[in-house]
Amino acid sequence: MIAALSTTNVAIAELTPLLARQRTVALVLALVLTVLVFELVRRRKLREEYSVVWIGVAAVVAGLALEQDLLQTLSAWIGAASSVSTLFFGALLFLFALVLQFSVRLSRLTLRHKILGQRLALLQEELERLRGERAASAEVERKAPLDRDEVA
Amino acid sequence: MAFSLALAGRIPTLPASFGRRERVRHQTLLIIPAYREASRVGDVVRAVRSLGLGLDVLVVDDGSPDATADEARAAGARVISHPYNLGYGSALHTGYCHAFRHGYEQVLQMDADGQHDATLLPRLLAALADGADVALGSRYLEGDAPPSSLARRLGTALFAKIASLWIGQRITDPTSGFQGLSKRALAAVCTDAFPEDYPDCDVLIDHHRKGLRLVEVATRMHARKGGVSMHRGLRIAWYGYKMFLTLLLLPIRRPSPSRRPDTVARWS
Repeated sequence: MIAALSTTNVAIAELTPLLARQRTVALVLALVLTVLVFELVRRRKLREEYSVVWIGVAAVVAGLALEQDLLQTLSAWIGAASSVSTLFFGALLFLFALVLQFSVRLSRLTLRHKILGQRLALLQEELERLRGERAASAEVERKAPLDRDEVA
Repeated sequence: MAFSLALAGRIPTLPASFGRRERVRHQTLLIIPAYREASRVGDVVRAVRSLGLGLDVLVVDDGSPDATADEARAAGARVISHPYNLGYGSALHTGYCHAFRHGYEQVLQMDADGQHDATLLPRLLAALADGADVALGSRYLEGDAPPSSLARRLGTALFAKIASLWIGQRITDPTSGFQGLSKRALAAVCTDAFPEDYPDCDVLIDHHRKGLRLVEVATRMHARKGGVSMHRGLRIAWYGYKMFLTLLLLPIRRPSPSRRPDTVARWS
């Protein structure tokens, strides 16, 4: 009986439009994500440049949930077993790209952080040395008038 | 009025301990943010100094890989160098914080690429002397403006319109880097949240909301002599999104994620 069902038939049978419930969940998720991102940007916890990607995701999820034809075409194209799988797959791909980008940015930040630390340390040494020199020359000036009087 | 606004925590004032350290009273600081302008910044600084306006000149080198800082220093400017590139807005902001910390009465700003006409600086000074808090040098008031891409012109026109409507006053050149700020305006821009890329109409709208007086002044701009301009293709799309989000949230946005909104300007 299992052999009677060809893989293609199973694939076609599963690529039905999203159930109303799945659709609602996707849309609510997109909405919640958008509101959350706006609130985080408002509180200055999230920079505008990082908000683009998340708003983009919300837009794509909402778009695909609303445009069923597009979702099914995409699913058939990538060989997904069901429409919902496509959404999950997309989310995974997006997460990969996001985390990779974060790794790259983190690398740059780590280097800059190290540079700052070193420059600060060097500055501190120079500052202390200058302070020492200034204190020393102030001492010399204080003593000099007395020495001259003594010699005279 | 400035005092009551300061009490309300909206415009920061110098901490009481300041006076004991920097006792020299400075008048006007000219801030010139510069990135990769080694061939031009020297000329700009010399042009300004030759005018004999009695300004202190500060060049903020935004982590230039070339000899921008050296050239500026050789031309007689004071130079502050960022350890790496932080953005045009941040370079300006560093200049502001320096001016604030040293008790300058007012600041002027211009670009390092030679597009701004230094001989027109007195116009900004006059506007400030007249009581303006922000003197905006606009290239569109006197008619002839240098050629720029269509996208750039549309963008400027759009944000100028938004600023004009929001503020209730005609603004023609919101992104102009040729400006003068009074002491009150200087205190207002010292916030950590100052735009890091390009200060635009959002800064002007913020000024307006703090009760500062904006005045536009006619200036001229020369055509760009080689080098790379700040604006490029896809960047403009991202910039549009960023401005949209910023303007949308402007009335309800927090000044800083922490309790202190101005840590770069106020530390001791």
